[in-house]
Amino acid sequence: MTKAAAKTSASSAERRPAQAGRSVSAKNVKVEVLPPAERVSLRAPEASIAALSKALGLTLPKSPKTSASKAGRMALWLGPDEWFLIDEAGKNLLADCAKVSALHSAVGISHRNVAFEVTGPAAAAAINAGCPQDLSLEAFPVGAASRTVLGKCEILLLRTAANAFWVECWRSFSDYVFTFLSEAASDAAA
Amino acid sequence: MLLIRCPYCEEERPELEFRNAGEAHIARSANMAGESDDDFEKFFFIRSNPKGIIYERWRHIHGCARFFNAVRDTVTDKFVMTYKAGEPKPSKLPGAVK
Amino acid sequence: MSGAFRIPRAGRLSQAKTARFSFDGQSYTGIEGDTLASALLANGVHLVGRSFKYHRPRGFLSAGAEEPNALVQVERDAARKAPNIRATVQELYDGLVAQSQNRWPSLAFDIGAVNDIASPLFSAGFYYKTFMWPKAAWKSLYEPKIRAAAGLGVSPDKPDPDHYSSRYAHCDVLVLGGGAAGITAALAAAETGARVILADEQADFGGSLRFETGAKIDGQDGYGWAQAAIAKLKGMDNVRVLSRTTAFGYYAQNFVGLVERVSDHLQSPGHDLPRERLWQVRAKRVVLATGSIERHMVFADNDRPGIMLASAARIYLNHYGVAVGKNVGVYTANDSAYAAAIDLKKAGVNIAAIVDLRDHPTGPVIDEARALGIEVNFGRAVIRAGGKLRVTSMTVQPKNGGGERTIPVDAILMSAGWTPSVHLFSQSRGKVAFNDETKRFVPGIYAQDCISVGACNGTDGLSASIDEAYAAGAKAAKDAGAKTAKGTKPKVDASESWSRGMLGAAPGAGPDKTVKAFVDFQNDVAAKDIRQAVHEGMRSIEHVKRFTTNGMATDQGKTSNMHGLAIAAETLGKPIPEVGLTTFRAPYTPVTFGAIVSHARGPLFDPTRKTAIHPWAEAQGAVFEDVGQWKRAWYFPKAGEDMHKAVDRECVAVRTNAGLFDASTLGKIEVVGPDAAKFMELLYTNPWEKLEPGRCRYGIMLREDGFIYDDGVVGRLAPDRFHVTTTTGGAPRVMNHMEDYLQTEFPHLNVWLTSITEQWAVIAVQGPKSRDIIAPLVEGIDMSDEALPHMSVREGKICGVPTRLFRMSFTGERGFEVNVPADYGQTVWEALWAEGQKHGATAYGTEAMHVLRAEKGYIIVGQDTDGTVTPNDAGLDWAVGKKKTDFVGIRGLTRPDLVAKGRKQLVGLKTKDPKVVLEEGAQIVADPKQAIPMKMIGHVTSSYWSQNCGRSIALALVAGGRDRMGETLYVPMPNGVIEVEVTGMVFFDETGGRLND
Repeated sequence: MTKAAAKTSASSAERRPAQAGRSVSAKNVKVEVLPPAERVSLRAPEASIAALSKALGLTLPKSPKTSASKAGRMALWLGPDEWFLIDEAGKNLLADCAKVSALHSAVGISHRNVAFEVTGPAAAAAINAGCPQDLSLEAFPVGAASRTVLGKCEILLLRTAANAFWVECWRSFSDYVFTFLSEAASDAAA
Repeated sequence: MLLIRCPYCEEERPELEFRNAGEAHIARSANMAGESDDDFEKFFFIRSNPKGIIYERWRHIHGCARFFNAVRDTVTDKFVMTYKAGEPKPSKLPGAVK
Repeated sequence: MSGAFRIPRAGRLSQAKTARFSFDGQSYTGIEGDTLASALLANGVHLVGRSFKYHRPRGFLSAGAEEPNALVQVERDAARKAPNIRATVQELYDGLVAQSQNRWPSLAFDIGAVNDIASPLFSAGFYYKTFMWPKAAWKSLYEPKIRAAAGLGVSPDKPDPDHYSSRYAHCDVLVLGGGAAGITAALAAAETGARVILADEQADFGGSLRFETGAKIDGQDGYGWAQAAIAKLKGMDNVRVLSRTTAFGYYAQNFVGLVERVSDHLQSPGHDLPRERLWQVRAKRVVLATGSIERHMVFADNDRPGIMLASAARIYLNHYGVAVGKNVGVYTANDSAYAAAIDLKKAGVNIAAIVDLRDHPTGPVIDEARALGIEVNFGRAVIRAGGKLRVTSMTVQPKNGGGERTIPVDAILMSAGWTPSVHLFSQSRGKVAFNDETKRFVPGIYAQDCISVGACNGTDGLSASIDEAYAAGAKAAKDAGAKTAKGTKPKVDASESWSRGMLGAAPGAGPDKTVKAFVDFQNDVAAKDIRQAVHEGMRSIEHVKRFTTNGMATDQGKTSNMHGLAIAAETLGKPIPEVGLTTFRAPYTPVTFGAIVSHARGPLFDPTRKTAIHPWAEAQGAVFEDVGQWKRAWYFPKAGEDMHKAVDRECVAVRTNAGLFDASTLGKIEVVGPDAAKFMELLYTNPWEKLEPGRCRYGIMLREDGFIYDDGVVGRLAPDRFHVTTTTGGAPRVMNHMEDYLQTEFPHLNVWLTSITEQWAVIAVQGPKSRDIIAPLVEGIDMSDEALPHMSVREGKICGVPTRLFRMSFTGERGFEVNVPADYGQTVWEALWAEGQKHGATAYGTEAMHVLRAEKGYIIVGQDTDGTVTPNDAGLDWAVGKKKTDFVGIRGLTRPDLVAKGRKQLVGLKTKDPKVVLEEGAQIVADPKQAIPMKMIGHVTSSYWSQNCGRSIALALVAGGRDRMGETLYVPMPNGVIEVEVTGMVFFDETGGRLND
């Protein structure tokens, strides 16, 4: 199925990721568009978790609002039977899932989403311009992940470090999300 | 903006992440095609719309995306409790006076 | 010099930092740190506005947010003209330009003031009694004229160039009010390590410590202590201190709305700063330390400029160094006005006399006033004020009648007592309780996790307030989960203290019905109006309020509500608690739309969704239409083409050669799992179990009531995998509908749903040459009709990237829909376009797509259906699985009304004159000669000019439509009746042979 840009042959159609290269820097906060990555929506019942974890090489988290990460591969708990898988290096997540015979659904969504990184001491403040969740380290520690909202748009939020967040949204919302975060970043800096 | 406890996320989350999905505990018949007109009317059209305690469905649509059930007081707008979809209607409510 | 009324060495502002400003075109000089009010007063200006109804001259009543009179327009430039700014709140900056409002031609001579003379016409309930009839006068007179005369400022007529921001914040303890109590509570909570937010509406913290010169805390003067404490709080990581920040609304579960005025006080804010910032704070505990507001005395002509609250005069003197007059009278019913008189006297201002309504008051302030040589009169009332544009005298009389004496003054300070600010408590749904002894409403029953401290809780005295606040702050933090505090409570060394006072009308407020003793300054409500309301039958305070408009102005009755209530209670002969209090509603003070909207303007008003192919269409000069949040290419005009010409050309090209269409916005859902087919059987009317992998089917989705909800082509990729498409607009709700059934009705099914709408860009290639265009770019898919017949799907590669290639048609021509991962959408489109150029292909937009499908009688859900159309009504009975025992809507379809005869059915219409194109939505009648109102038997749902058919075509829902084939019906329009013939729905290629041509 879909592979990251680097993997396609020279004769292939050129990949044109949305918002590619956009970034904005304000005092204390920076918003950058991340390069394409491999993404899969994984759905599975409890009984399949162990087999899938083994095939994917990381333990699928079972607690709400948590994530697991190993060697550039991340699994975000989104719901009781739902994980959002990201492989930053573009390694084939679907192929890994396909090895598992246990009941599950794996759907490739590498192109559905666009990711942003929001970093800096005011990163949480910038996201809180439009996200109603408590983003203090107590309530949303490093590794916390959740679907939520930003302004008028649904996002997926992952805290990768005390001052760093990974924000995902659907492709056609990426202009809105980037513009929102840019405006919020300049206000959060003040 | 209310805070609503999602029984799957096991914490209170802002109302913006949720969507109401109408009254709860209205079972769809296993023999839908065989329902009488009266039974279908009750199933599809009639809702209790009480003043006071209401059992309703919500979806944590911008969170874990699960549908769940909630007990809410339509007078105070307070959520009494929430519980997972498929769980029975609670026989006793927390903090109930009676 | 910053004004003749500036007292050397008084106040806290640095005389060195002057700021020039203008008011009504006149230039003045003030000092940085002034409000517009203090700067004008320093220059001896009291007259700043005209009242709402009577156009009476008005000055400053207060020095804060409760100000009802001094509303001005502040203008930064042509686009930034903010009306109704309280001059007592607006901070001065160099170059500030302000204008008075509600006067013409000038503030000193206002034509509208005839309303004052004609005031018997404008008594209580005037609006309700007068604007009832004649009805026509609403349009010609009442709306335009009366509104113009009664307005409060003028809205700016240009877009607001400022920007606004918002922030969600969470904390353990939110402290509202930054006076002594609020600061103390914040200190106590902060010491525990709890997350604390402290907000105050003023630029400067301290609250009443800003004027109470008698307060000493921890060995410092009160104001100095407050500043030191704020500096300490600002230095703590767990504390956020917000000045110029008003808590305007207290909502459920300790959710509080705050507006921070970020740059209104700055000379040149620059573009980086927002004008205001909306804070939406969720607090585990809230401490309300909102203080109290002084009340005025209700007596005749108590609204003359120069008459103000005693505490306001103290702030102007002690904080801003401004004397409000040179010869000042005082009218009071409690001790606090004495302190103002004493401070002014000590600053060298003459106090003409203190008039105290009380018979035998005693106390240290009274002794001190006397010792300073101030004349003090007990048991007397000020029965009227003299002067018009400025007060010139006060007339004093023993309160039970007797000889009058007129004393010349240039200002009068009033104090009837203090009203606890329970606004936010009340908004939190707490119930107030009336304290009969102190005659005030204080917090009674709490509804949320909050606590009131200090003056807003009816706690008198600085020491008691600080004790209460410290304990409350520590407890709030502890209740929020913090550790026990280890700090020390501030120690009060000296303080001022007073309580009591009076409510309602003083002796100088009537009963004479011509006397204007104002209760509500902003809405021009006098004591007589409230009495009249009761006499005319209003019994509830809510009715009195609406009849008189008392408390309904932008100041929400901060100074007037208690007086109004007391007068109503007295007139009714009932105790105050029985008459009740009106509801306190958000916002506490007016909030700009800018702050509420915050980021949601311009490009952030709503997400604008664009497909991966959008940049290509834009470069081609496509005209776009909005479809939900999506921008879709509507048509692609060539030079000199209007919409009709472009659409005609696009439609013909598709049927002659081929067309490329961006169908990426279609909703797409991947249905995966061993029970995928079972689930599809339940959600769609069609049978799915027997659909072979690699084949497609047109599916119809119903609601449980049997009406069409959505439709789309579904491809089966594998036994356990379906690629479902939905309408563009229906995508989110169809996903929700499917999840709803899967999670709650059919949870036993092993199947999962994933939205893939945005994973795949979709390029429809339609027309006789479509295969020729696609085939050279495809790898791994046999494109022959045998291998890839109409309504089939294959996975393979196109242009070297993965594709899900559908053979399907929404035009009636041979057609394909090429799905590619979205980031490849544009380059694959470009490759197909290049190939298409060899075959005369065109790009077509949504309009041509609509025409082409209508030529074939393909419906669009939401256009040809409206939520009351069944599959049978739409002629789609063939898509309902007759052998199925269950699917959503199966029972609804057999409801009596849905199987009754005469239902509206979808049919084709041909106008008798082929050149006439019907209006979509036009009503249809059987007999155009019948009397009006005619019996309408249907309406036009789709109507176009069809270049391919050489005539107009239309689809319509018509009662019993399929039994009317060939019948002539009529469409009455304003310009005449249009004759139409009922036909089948297919206007082009009725046999469907072109699908395989």
